[in-house]
Amino acid sequence: MSDAALPMARIALVGNPNSGKTALFNALTGSRQKVANYAGVTVERKEGQISAPSGRTISVLDLPGTYSLRARSPDEVVTRDAVMGKLAGEDPPDVLVCVADATNLRLVLRLILELKAVGRPMVLALNMYDIAQRQGLRIDLEGLSRDIGCPIVTTVATRKRGIEDLVAQVDGLIAAGTLRAANTWREPDAGQIRDAHREAQRILKANVRAPERPDTFTGKVDSVLLHPVAGLLILLTLLFVMFQAVFTWSKAVGDLMSDGFAGLGAFISAHLPAGLLTSFLTDGVISGVGSVLVFLPQILVLFFFIILLEDFGYMARAAFLMDRIMGGAGLHGRAFIPLLSSFACAIPGIMATRVIDNKRDRLTTIMVAPLMTCSARIPVYTLIISAFIPNRPVLGVLNLPGLVMFGLYAAGILSALGVSFITRRVFWRGAVEPFLMELPAYKLPDPVNVARSLFLRGKIFLTRAGTIIFPIMILVWFLSSFPGAPAGATDPAINYSLAGRIGHFIQPALGPIGFNWQMTVALIPGFAAREVAVAALGTVYAIGAADAAPGALAATLQHHWSIATGLSFLAWYVFAPQCASTFGVVKRETNSWFWPGVMLVYMTSLAYLAAFIVYQVARASGLG
Amino acid sequence: MDPDPVHDMIPETAKVEIAPAGVEGAVRLSEAKPGDRGVIVDVRAERHAGDHGVDVGELQRRLLEFGFVEGARIEVMFEGAIWRDPIAVRVDDMRIGLRRRDAEDVWVLLDAR
Ligand SMILES: Nc1nc2c(ncn2[C@@H]2O[C@H](COP(=O)(O)OP(=O)(O)O)[C@@H](O)[C@H]2O)c(=O)[nH]1
Repeated sequence: MSDAALPMARIALVGNPNSGKTALFNALTGSRQKVANYAGVTVERKEGQISAPSGRTISVLDLPGTYSLRARSPDEVVTRDAVMGKLAGEDPPDVLVCVADATNLRLVLRLILELKAVGRPMVLALNMYDIAQRQGLRIDLEGLSRDIGCPIVTTVATRKRGIEDLVAQVDGLIAAGTLRAANTWREPDAGQIRDAHREAQRILKANVRAPERPDTFTGKVDSVLLHPVAGLLILLTLLFVMFQAVFTWSKAVGDLMSDGFAGLGAFISAHLPAGLLTSFLTDGVISGVGSVLVFLPQILVLFFFIILLEDFGYMARAAFLMDRIMGGAGLHGRAFIPLLSSFACAIPGIMATRVIDNKRDRLTTIMVAPLMTCSARIPVYTLIISAFIPNRPVLGVLNLPGLVMFGLYAAGILSALGVSFITRRVFWRGAVEPFLMELPAYKLPDPVNVARSLFLRGKIFLTRAGTIIFPIMILVWFLSSFPGAPAGATDPAINYSLAGRIGHFIQPALGPIGFNWQMTVALIPGFAAREVAVAALGTVYAIGAADAAPGALAATLQHHWSIATGLSFLAWYVFAPQCASTFGVVKRETNSWFWPGVMLVYMTSLAYLAAFIVYQVARASGLG
Repeated sequence: MDPDPVHDMIPETAKVEIAPAGVEGAVRLSEAKPGDRGVIVDVRAERHAGDHGVDVGELQRRLLEFGFVEGARIEVMFEGAIWRDPIAVRVDDMRIGLRRRDAEDVWVLLDAR
């Protein structure tokens, strides 16, 4: 073979969920991966590259896992179209690599029969071969290869075993220029699915002997983890530990980062002449970048747990345990993980709804995700609680501020369930999607794969959220800085800006919920991200970042607001859509401005209603 | 108030037991209890219409794709704490979680206990 560059070839990985496809993709491509979206749809596109020993570069597309080519979700449509070479903007794959869990061949054999009908050259990667061997599963590889009509390579993706063989096989098929047969795939009807199962059964019987030491571990673990009572208790304990980790470990890092950004801002203000540029750098750029980055530790810790539990095989069980509770509110069991992620931040939560097949189920989940108490609300809650809720013990062991915080979380969860219940009952009556889910065998998570997935999640958050949050921060900075204060002005500069004018303009509307003009002005920059409201309140009450001794702002608020106003502000923040980035992401995920619009209206109405009730009741009880 | 909103949407007529012809004593998988074992004898497409996100034919195809086919061995392993739903079943050598309402068209001939 000459050195002349061989044309780049393409392969695509297809397989059932949980077959180790991600691990195999990682083993094949290492760090040479790119994540983006497919053109026009919000399905994650993962691509990587291999350099084959022949010198050929092979691009690998990791397709979403599926049980059949009869696509039902946007993910599965991508898989089907990519396999058939019909996906807009994608070159058809030269070779398909079907990834199968060697210990769980029944369903994938039926998929293989469907893939064969597509007529592209194919290699079967018989993955998890280590587990198969440990179980004493006997597979007649030659016979199986003959029966399904394609070469087989055994792999252990997590140990990188069989990877070279696989690349060699694929490269060989590409070099041989194996001709494509005609695509004879048709959507199978029930009878044809049965026939395919019968054929799969025959192939299994002929080539695979039942394991000598079948997996009993999964059954034993399940008898605890899926136990109706113990299982739920364990799930709740796990969630508790997870939140503990998110809010203590990562909070320390996040706080450190906020301090770092504040320090950087102070450094710049100290060394550059005061003026527009300095203000742009400190209040626009640094606090913009900072407001994205401070969430990263929390999101990473949360995703660490989610990925770990996912790879272990627990997440399917969690969805199973939660299904009836969520189902009562009209949500799908799969909505559990997206809603869980929303406790860190609604943005990764909304992006995670992609696992939900049904469009209506997915939309409902997207719409209620921002009601979960994201970590950006915590600084606001903490500030108001420290200013207005006396630190009193309740029932001996609990204390009042802690109880209020708990109540705010509960209010978020209950309102999310309530809104989805109403959506189901009123708008999308009746239609309840089937819930069918494989409960995979438990596996020891592989540290390298967990690390790689975590890195990927972080990168996706930073790029997708960053591209949305950052411009919005700049816009909000602009609104809060222009026009500048006139000469000789006594009030804080923000008061004269566009944001100040908007705040003054809407203040009368918010009077009935007890908000003064300082609060409404602070709400405008607070639209960039919830926690920005804290800094914005500092600005309107002219408490510079420099003398922000902890508690200074709380003391000021205590002085200027009534308790009723403070409580009303808390109620407002449970529901208010004070996060422009969420709308950006919802727009992106639903491909229309209609749903962000609906979200804005319903959340604002809820917030106003809640704050109104709280304020009026508090005043009536003498807290005005 | 209705105790089980999802289940109550199923019209009574759909709950009439008509065992598959020729297989005496088969029951719907949706009525099986943990510990029940047996063989799938029929997977139909005839449930109540109207209240489902997908039509009965589509549900039948999904069930078939997940391995609920005639002849498969089945065992109910667990059920949820609330309304005993969903159920976790073993189908041949794999485990599937599904809601009882989605398991109505799967008919099982239970082993003698
Ligand atoms: N023992 C073993 N575990 C594996 C192998 N391949 C993947 N796994 C593990 O199986 C689990 C699921 O793998 P993943 O790649 O996430 O599956 P996917 O859903 O198909 O992408 C993870 O815990 C992996 O670490 C393998 O060949 N051997």
